[in-house]
Amino acid sequence: MGRLKTIARRTFLIGSAAVVGGVAFGVYKVRKPHENPLTAEAGEAVLTPYVKITGDGITLITPRADSGQGVYHVQAALIAEELDVDLDQIKTDPGPPSPAYWNTALAAEAADFLVPAAGMMHNLAEGAVNSVMKVMGLQITGGSTTVPDQFDKLRHAGASARETIKALVSKREGVAIGDLTTRAGKVILPDGQEIPYTDLAADLADVEVVQDVPLREPSQWRYIGQPMQRIDMLAKSTGTQDYGIDAAVDGMVQATVLMNPAQGGGMADYDATEALSMRGVQAVVPITGGLGIVADNTWRAFRAAQAITVTWEAPSFPPEQADHWATLEAAFTPDAQDSRKRDDGDVDTALAEGDVLTAEYRAPYLAHAPLEPVNAIVRVDDDRAEVWTGTQIPRFIQANVSRITGIPADNVTVHALMMGGSFGHRLEDEVVKQATEIAMQMKGTPVKLALSREEDMLHDFPRQIAMARLRGTVANGQVAALDLGIAMPSVMASQLSRQNQSAPGPDSQIVAGAWDQPFAIPHQRVTGYRAPELAPISSWRSVGASTNGFFYNAALDELIDAAGADPLEERLRLCSDPLARRVLEAVAEMSGWSGIGGNGTGRGVALTKSFGVPCAQVIEVTGIDTGLRIDDVWVAAEVGRIVDPVNFENLVQGGVIYGLGHAMNSQITYAGGVAEQSNFDSNPGLRLSQSPRIMVRGLENGDRVLGIGEPPLPPAAPALAGAIWAATGMRLREMPFSKFLTFA
Amino acid sequence: MQLRINGTVHEVDVEDDMPLLWVLRDELGLTGTKYGCGIAQCGACTVHLDGVAVRSCQTWAVDAEGAEITTIEGLGTPDALNAVQAAWLTEQVAQCGYCQSGQIMQAASLLAENPNPTDPEIDDAMSGNLCRCGTYPRIRAAVKRAARMMEG
Repeated sequence: MGRLKTIARRTFLIGSAAVVGGVAFGVYKVRKPHENPLTAEAGEAVLTPYVKITGDGITLITPRADSGQGVYHVQAALIAEELDVDLDQIKTDPGPPSPAYWNTALAAEAADFLVPAAGMMHNLAEGAVNSVMKVMGLQITGGSTTVPDQFDKLRHAGASARETIKALVSKREGVAIGDLTTRAGKVILPDGQEIPYTDLAADLADVEVVQDVPLREPSQWRYIGQPMQRIDMLAKSTGTQDYGIDAAVDGMVQATVLMNPAQGGGMADYDATEALSMRGVQAVVPITGGLGIVADNTWRAFRAAQAITVTWEAPSFPPEQADHWATLEAAFTPDAQDSRKRDDGDVDTALAEGDVLTAEYRAPYLAHAPLEPVNAIVRVDDDRAEVWTGTQIPRFIQANVSRITGIPADNVTVHALMMGGSFGHRLEDEVVKQATEIAMQMKGTPVKLALSREEDMLHDFPRQIAMARLRGTVANGQVAALDLGIAMPSVMASQLSRQNQSAPGPDSQIVAGAWDQPFAIPHQRVTGYRAPELAPISSWRSVGASTNGFFYNAALDELIDAAGADPLEERLRLCSDPLARRVLEAVAEMSGWSGIGGNGTGRGVALTKSFGVPCAQVIEVTGIDTGLRIDDVWVAAEVGRIVDPVNFENLVQGGVIYGLGHAMNSQITYAGGVAEQSNFDSNPGLRLSQSPRIMVRGLENGDRVLGIGEPPLPPAAPALAGAIWAATGMRLREMPFSKFLTFA
Repeated sequence: MQLRINGTVHEVDVEDDMPLLWVLRDELGLTGTKYGCGIAQCGACTVHLDGVAVRSCQTWAVDAEGAEITTIEGLGTPDALNAVQAAWLTEQVAQCGYCQSGQIMQAASLLAENPNPTDPEIDDAMSGNLCRCGTYPRIRAAVKRAARMMEG
């Protein structure tokens, strides 16, 4: 049942400087911003913050959170590549929240939204933000940064541990290091004798860690680039993978919450008399914005929640959806201008000289809705607290539980558990705050809080709502001018406000996926307008690019059509980035592109560069008697280096499907301040019968290693819109497309 | 009441209308069966009653009395995989994996009834099972692989 053995985890006590048993060693010196958070017990060796060896086995620490993208596997493979262990002989552990695991790559991305990003200021500020991130030790999973951040770091950790082990054996056996080899978790002596690493655990405690080991050349790689069996696949094929919602702690109670359905609104009054009389119900306790219901069974807690009557207060945002759109419509003003990061040529003159094409585009709020509803176990004692939950932000959780309970952060233990999906949802930690507030009212008892699907979707912190306006011209059969304005509230401001952080300066996510596209249109301008905060919003897979990839490509398509050009050929002609060009050429070749078609069958194409990755897609649709069917998707992406081609293909296919499903039939709308969609009946996503064939090609021409979790998403919606246009003549400028047509 | 689950009889003291899902998960600790929606829209809670796939979130405990209940834990184990689980492993279907218990139970029920399903039959049988990660291309491949394995 996934009963957690808390006693076995005491080696991971946060901030524990004391060395139990006296053999902690190996403070990580290669990149030494922080103390090694791992401590060792007698007979254990902690080689770098990422490798722990005991007499029983080898544990690799994989601090980036796994929400299904396979990063436990990928991180383990990167360590194993240099450590010379087989993936079936190691265990992984996400480790404790620690500054040692800070995310360098996200800091570089963060510079873009945390500070004014312009010219030299940008460069200076990026360094400053890096320093801040270093101090804060932000251990965040997001922004498709795991592989870029960890690619070198984890291989160095593996190499350092391997050479330390060899140094020990060299000294002990009197054999030159150069005569030792390593394989499958063993050191092999010249005479063929094999010594398992695990046999060396006790002696390793006294050895100086070998530093600055050169990394192996790609030609020597055993794992990277090869198809691998993902290490979590067996458990996930047999129902034996424990997720947060499956975790159990001795003596725990089952709880749920009944929150103001208008997210963030308060509670005026409640009557829980009936609920308290129901079987198994132990308590109903007020928490911020609602109630916690404590029972002996999750379903009994759910049912009791439905028996409570509450008088809710109004939320702080406009209650009706039309007001949200009106707010965006009113935001296209100089006063609300947030950024103009692209302004090529002379857009005003170009627009004055030609017939101006105008159009307006809309993208709705969207729930993340991972299939596992959010949940957490929290136990609060007088002087310490313990949290078990699936999360992308363990350090924030530690700080928030400390703030709520008054317990020092060093005494707050966070156990990161496997996540049943996230898509950015678990960058929020409201469920932990709620569980902590309940647990404060029953100290010493572990409170397991699980939200019902409805509670979860009503309080999803959805993707931003957004609008764009195009003005453009064509000349001589080519796109001449593109002037795109984009208005949305700031995701970063909303999200960071819940962590008591501010987001000064422009929010580059307002224009991400639009201002930075690799197309050399002679006169091109992209302006971001910052709408006031509306409903609370959060990062949703690919963030700003999830809306802007649609806006930019859809606008480009209209201009290309006005110019009488082919959408793929004109994109190739305009493409200013050799790596992006190859991606477009790849989908042209894969799909046998010969034009957009027509007469019931149509093809669309789109390219969005996001998170550094250019990703292009060609989509083909056919009108059949039950509606429009999506037949095929051809997709190519440039990531510099593919760690595992099987996982890569799976993630790309999944990103395309996530993008298509939401573009087709999903949205969150508000009435009376409450989301009108609270389950998968009204917010369905894509079903298997609607799933197209998806052909994937990964390109490795670039010199940077990049992540693939998010980049496949933004081009899916516009490529579909282009195909719909080609097949039906309908130009769809607003998602979801099911408002305008039926999908088979 | 008595419930026969994976070949073992369990005595449980629950309300007649407690969904079988929550008897399995919270009363018996069989957490391989997942909660996703509670309204039969996602299929994560799929189990077999007498070999046929049902949504355990919509099945009252009392109505499962007398039936042979099979959960993902009873279909096969890591050491003794069912053919469908073996196909899922080989095709590397899972991403987050949260829906896959239900997908596998649905596929096993389909193949028990129809050992060689056509593509439209696979689509029909599997479309009630939601996968938010979008592993559908691999699910299709795994169902076909499982059919071949069971044939051979």
